[in-house]
Amino acid sequence: MNRSKLIRFTHGACISLKELPCLDFTEFRESLLEEIAGDGRVASFFAMPADDGFDLYAILAHDWREEFALLHCRVGDVYPALTPDCPQLHLFEREIAEQYGVLPEGHPWLKPVRFHNSWVDAADIWRRDPQQHPIPGDMDFYRVEGAGVHEVAVGPVHAGVIEPGHFRFQCHGEEVLSLEISLGFQHRGLEPQLIGGPHPASIHQMEAAAGDTTIGHTTAYSQVLESLAGVEVASRAYSVRAIALELERLANHIGDIGAMAGDVGYLPTASFCGRLRGDYLNLTAELCGSRFGRGLVRPGGVAFDLDLPLQEKLLQRLAVLEPETRGAVELCFDSPSVLARFEGTGRLSTDDAETLGLVGVAARACGLMRDARLHHPVAEREFDTPVIDTDGDVFARGNVRRQEIYASHDLIRDLIKRLPEGEDQRSLGPLAADSLALSVCEGWRGEVVHVGITDGAGKLARYKIVDPSFHNWSGLAMVLRGQQISDFPLCNKSFNLSYCGFDL
Amino acid sequence: MIGGLFLHLALLLLFAPLLLGIITKTKALFGGRIGAPLLQSYFDLARLWRKGFVFSRTTTWVFLAGPVVGLVVPLLAALLIPFGALPAPVSFEGDLILFVYLFGLSRFFTALAALDTGSSFEGMGAVREVTFSCLAEPTVLFSLLVLARLSDGLSLNTLLGSHLLTAWQSEAGASLSLILVCLFVVLLVENSRIPFDDPNTHLELTMIHEVMVLDHSGPALAMILYGAALKMMVLSALLVKLALPWQTGWWLGDVGLFLAGQIGVAVLIGVIESSMARLRLPRVPQVLIGTSLLSIFALVLVLR
Repeated sequence: MNRSKLIRFTHGACISLKELPCLDFTEFRESLLEEIAGDGRVASFFAMPADDGFDLYAILAHDWREEFALLHCRVGDVYPALTPDCPQLHLFEREIAEQYGVLPEGHPWLKPVRFHNSWVDAADIWRRDPQQHPIPGDMDFYRVEGAGVHEVAVGPVHAGVIEPGHFRFQCHGEEVLSLEISLGFQHRGLEPQLIGGPHPASIHQMEAAAGDTTIGHTTAYSQVLESLAGVEVASRAYSVRAIALELERLANHIGDIGAMAGDVGYLPTASFCGRLRGDYLNLTAELCGSRFGRGLVRPGGVAFDLDLPLQEKLLQRLAVLEPETRGAVELCFDSPSVLARFEGTGRLSTDDAETLGLVGVAARACGLMRDARLHHPVAEREFDTPVIDTDGDVFARGNVRRQEIYASHDLIRDLIKRLPEGEDQRSLGPLAADSLALSVCEGWRGEVVHVGITDGAGKLARYKIVDPSFHNWSGLAMVLRGQQISDFPLCNKSFNLSYCGFDL
Repeated sequence: MIGGLFLHLALLLLFAPLLLGIITKTKALFGGRIGAPLLQSYFDLARLWRKGFVFSRTTTWVFLAGPVVGLVVPLLAALLIPFGALPAPVSFEGDLILFVYLFGLSRFFTALAALDTGSSFEGMGAVREVTFSCLAEPTVLFSLLVLARLSDGLSLNTLLGSHLLTAWQSEAGASLSLILVCLFVVLLVENSRIPFDDPNTHLELTMIHEVMVLDHSGPALAMILYGAALKMMVLSALLVKLALPWQTGWWLGDVGLFLAGQIGVAVLIGVIESSMARLRLPRVPQVLIGTSLLSIFALVLVLR
């Protein structure tokens, strides 16, 4: 196969679009499938309007080779869908169809993703009225019919204070035959708002892309701009970002384990973890004044320095918190009644996880070693203790979190100990014109992928965000097949995916 | 007779919500929290009672009948059962069957009211509740048969009479311990407590009892909550009498012993809820079949 037409690059590279070969669609398709067959996976797949048609970009990650492959081709309004041969593309192709009215012909599940009007003046392929905003959730749901089959619709308004999403179950008695998830209730149109940027508001929009992954998204965004501007971030700022990322991971993982315990009615861990999560959030607040890390990461570096007294304070607090955390978490994992609920519930096979292109905690719980901290560090690698489990059930997802909590403590201590001296903020010059940069950041939920493309004037012409939830919602729908419907909340909590990170 | 009736009803109506408060407080202490005040359930009932009714247009009179029956049934059932050493105000041969099936009546109306809303959740909850109650019924009946065998009558007053104290010391003690455990499990199931149901969960897909009353509000919800508290006190009266068969000979002492027993049951429930996770739903029928077998075994022991 014509490998010379692929661009291979490592994290942090800035690729000139002029040097990027444009494949014809057959070549594009064959190269993509060949890359996927050869251990690649889809990190990002998006379209961009061009003079005559649309540019398709596919970015494939080769984790163990620590590199990415970039494929580019141009298509018209219709092209043969890739999903039948590469299921992990199914949401990406639906997304492109919704955004630009490009029809992937032969797509087996062509439904709207976020329920918004087309970004270009193209005919809507679902023939919705372009004058009115589409109603979220207004689509044909998959239905099972027969004696004893019933349908349960949950959401978008839920009993707890959580984000909105609609879940449609087809059940036979207590057994779920199929689950279809319809999101888009929080679509804010982040990607189009970034075009022509970076705007002063862009960084704040990134902080709110997924509110619980503020550090992850702002780091990914900053890395894109730094790559495009050709600035290498100062090593001190790089370490501070890594520390903040681990603090974010700690707070969320502990919150998740507490929530999982709460779902099975195990109160001690639920209560303790609720309190501990607050303590970890407060550590982030010590660093930058915001419990969710807002205002910390800025393109070019970090806005707050981790000075010596603060380092001491963090280390002291962690020394107190770590044994408490271990106590609360181990209590839950030592409890037979909890293990009876966790083990064997919501199991996903390694093959299914790979086919669906899962990332992050959910993928690692299925035995797939996918961790951007290990595979795609932008500078030197600080992280070498990845965690995997092989069972793919609720226990495995909890267990990966538990081990990562312990690993994060070590990593933070190590990072503080080796914190380099020097500046923590460098100014960014103008962005390179007609270029593409990719950035990957292992947020607590999984890899956050941002891609920025600049126009001739060095302004952003297209910005693509892929939250880990975008890959993983399909995994949740998959594990529910054949499960008890009463176990759905537990399965859902074990994934704990973002709605707004998906809706953008 | 009339005095006994009033004492019975006063004890029941005044103290039932306190038991819920004690459970909540125990759980809070285990979780390292101060928790809601002991009297919170009284405040909740007063608050709900002051609100207005909200009825869905798709519902009928059945929707309101559910809470009303749910409140009246425990009151009637309470008249049939002795509260500790205080004898039941109403008693006749075979009243134990009425006692068991009064709760069946209330369950029937609660399930019907749930189905009346046409909500898929409530239908699911009704199915679960009815299934589990069917499986709990043999345990209760076999346990009552054990008690009937040990006494020489078929009214609850005779069944739970003063002979229990000597029965504990005889060979029947083993059977009595077995049915005590079985009845405690039934108490947890019937009152939707952990490990069988989680009364505090907000997750409608995992609920059993709570999901059936999701559409009720205001005074109807107050009736349901009050009815649930009464039901718990009435059912645990059975346990308290079994476990503490002493008579003090002075009515105030008897009341004190009975209330102490009720508080003990509430604390025990709180401890169990704080130290255990919920069972998976398919495991619940298995546990109930297990308790049925245990109660049959207890019966075999006394028939020997």
